[in-house]
Amino acid sequence: MINHHKWHSTLEAICIPLAALLFSLLLFGIFCALAGVDPFGVYASIYRSAFGSWRAFQNTLLRAAPLMLSSLCTALPARLGLIIIGNEGAIVVGGLGAVAAGLTLSTAPPTVVQIAMAIAAILCGGLWIGAVGALRHYRGVNETISSLLLNYIAIALLNHLVGGPMRDPSSLNKPSSYPIAAINMLGDIPGTRVHYGLIYGLVACVVAYLLIQRTTFGFAARVAGGNIRAARIAGLPVGKLTMMICFLAGSCAGLAGMVEVAAVHGRANESLNANYGYSGILVAFIARHNPLAATLVAILLGGILASGGSLQRSHDLPDATVLVFQGLVFLIVLFSESLYGKFFKESQVKRSSAVTV
Amino acid sequence: MATEALGWWGVPLAIAAGTLRGSAPFLFVSLGECLTEKSGKINLGLEGTLLTGAMSAYAIAYLTGSPWLGVITAGVAGMMLGVIHGWLSQQPRVNDVAVGIAMIIFGSGIAFFLGKPFIQPSAPALPALQFGAWSNLPQVQSALQISPLFLIGVAIAPLMQWFFRSTRWGLYIRAVGDSPDAAKAMGISIFKVRMLCIVVGSFLAGIGGAYLSLYYPGSWNERISGGQGLMAVALVIFARWRPMQCLYASLLFGGTQAIGPALQSVGIDSYYYLFNASPYILTLLIMILTCSPKRTLNGAPGALGQ
Repeated sequence: MINHHKWHSTLEAICIPLAALLFSLLLFGIFCALAGVDPFGVYASIYRSAFGSWRAFQNTLLRAAPLMLSSLCTALPARLGLIIIGNEGAIVVGGLGAVAAGLTLSTAPPTVVQIAMAIAAILCGGLWIGAVGALRHYRGVNETISSLLLNYIAIALLNHLVGGPMRDPSSLNKPSSYPIAAINMLGDIPGTRVHYGLIYGLVACVVAYLLIQRTTFGFAARVAGGNIRAARIAGLPVGKLTMMICFLAGSCAGLAGMVEVAAVHGRANESLNANYGYSGILVAFIARHNPLAATLVAILLGGILASGGSLQRSHDLPDATVLVFQGLVFLIVLFSESLYGKFFKESQVKRSSAVTV
Repeated sequence: MATEALGWWGVPLAIAAGTLRGSAPFLFVSLGECLTEKSGKINLGLEGTLLTGAMSAYAIAYLTGSPWLGVITAGVAGMMLGVIHGWLSQQPRVNDVAVGIAMIIFGSGIAFFLGKPFIQPSAPALPALQFGAWSNLPQVQSALQISPLFLIGVAIAPLMQWFFRSTRWGLYIRAVGDSPDAAKAMGISIFKVRMLCIVVGSFLAGIGGAYLSLYYPGSWNERISGGQGLMAVALVIFARWRPMQCLYASLLFGGTQAIGPALQSVGIDSYYYLFNASPYILTLLIMILTCSPKRTLNGAPGALGQ
């Protein structure tokens, strides 16, 4: 009986997301057809420019790296029943922290500089989202709204710093900070064009998975997420858990900012605010807040993001097409949540959704 | 800038003018959100609705030459997004906040996709009423140009307050929002009431979008809304779910938004971006000061978000 349940829920956990993705492809195809573009041609060029060749796949992996890190910023707090969407802000402050550290220590050995940049990014991002957790616990401020407001505040801070105090006077049209010395940048993984950020992302996801599934800390978090009152009665330190999980979540997104700064742009400017935050939320929801699944989903979504340029070139579609596609996928994946447990009548185990306000 | 001639006096005048001009989108979105939340649902997706409204209003006004037709279209476009949100957020185990985030992505995607061809051309703007003819200062005259759409919004606020307090339908909505079980016992369809509230709320938000693209700032581009739709949620909390207080809160937010540009016009621009973030900072501060972990907020619908 119990094996049955397990088998059924595994089957559902694989089939429902797949069916959701297929259905969103179908709807997106209809959307393209309405816009006067051949949907099969669009699918083909998405596939070609995302996974069609090793060169294309490397492009996909480049985009997947920050998505993995960013998705953890939503996926980890979701275990506690918190919906945090401050990924974009945490990426931005993480990137700012990394640049500040990289510029201050520019004469130290490269390894030291890179470690310092990572630590600064982790601290900045962690404190940023940690504050959201603290506000939630001590003041009862809704975490979704406060994290969202912090996104806008972070972007204003970025614009202020790169337009004023941190500005490199030689950056004329696009205000930027001074660049990090080339020697201090994260290099590429040997034999590829993919930078080390991918390793950061994969390691962070595996560590997050182990932390949630295999440690007492993770167990306590899951208990508190399931039923906060029961957790309090059992004597779990709910406040401490909230803030630690939020800190970890923010530090992952902060690291994504560091990767963007230290491996891609080399300096802080408005490119930091490249929507990896919002896409990361989507990755977390499709992966049902499972960090291991998030790695795969991030690669899939990274592919879609990587294909944006070719959609523009070969089908004359605006770059917002990718945004429409993401929105459709997100809506359908959310709808698919209501399908779990519907197909097997005997498995009437009451499931508590991971997301409750 | 016209304020130069007035020197420092230009700053409060510019803020007052900004309040009268910039608060209408906040007003429409927050009234829409207030209606939605009174029925017990949260619609974070009003940001996408605002963008879609702005785009469709601009496009229709450009194509037909009639800005008022654009306003109506914006409302209808908002309603369509509202139907999606209303249906999806009432499915079992689907969280309305998550649907809202998805609707932000979807709504802004649709708006940017369809709105791409309309970034360059210029559409006819909504006419303004001149209340400043008594003054011979051109700054005062331009500050007192008021859009009729803003006045409509100002009129909706007390109407909605009366509607909630004194009508049968207002009672139904409050019942559904406060205690769905009691409402069910009264024979009210929770699904229908919430659907209607979300759809009408989205209509209002769409009109707010039309105000953005057709009156102030009065052009269509992808950065036009800048988070105003999201702030609606916080605004409604600040206004304690009362339509009249939504009006006052919107005026306050419109004024805060004008501080940055007003100071820039007298030469203070070193903190320009931070002053631009002041509505968000203000919202956050208000939430920190007014929320409490011990109790739900005064006036909050009992079943909000469930």
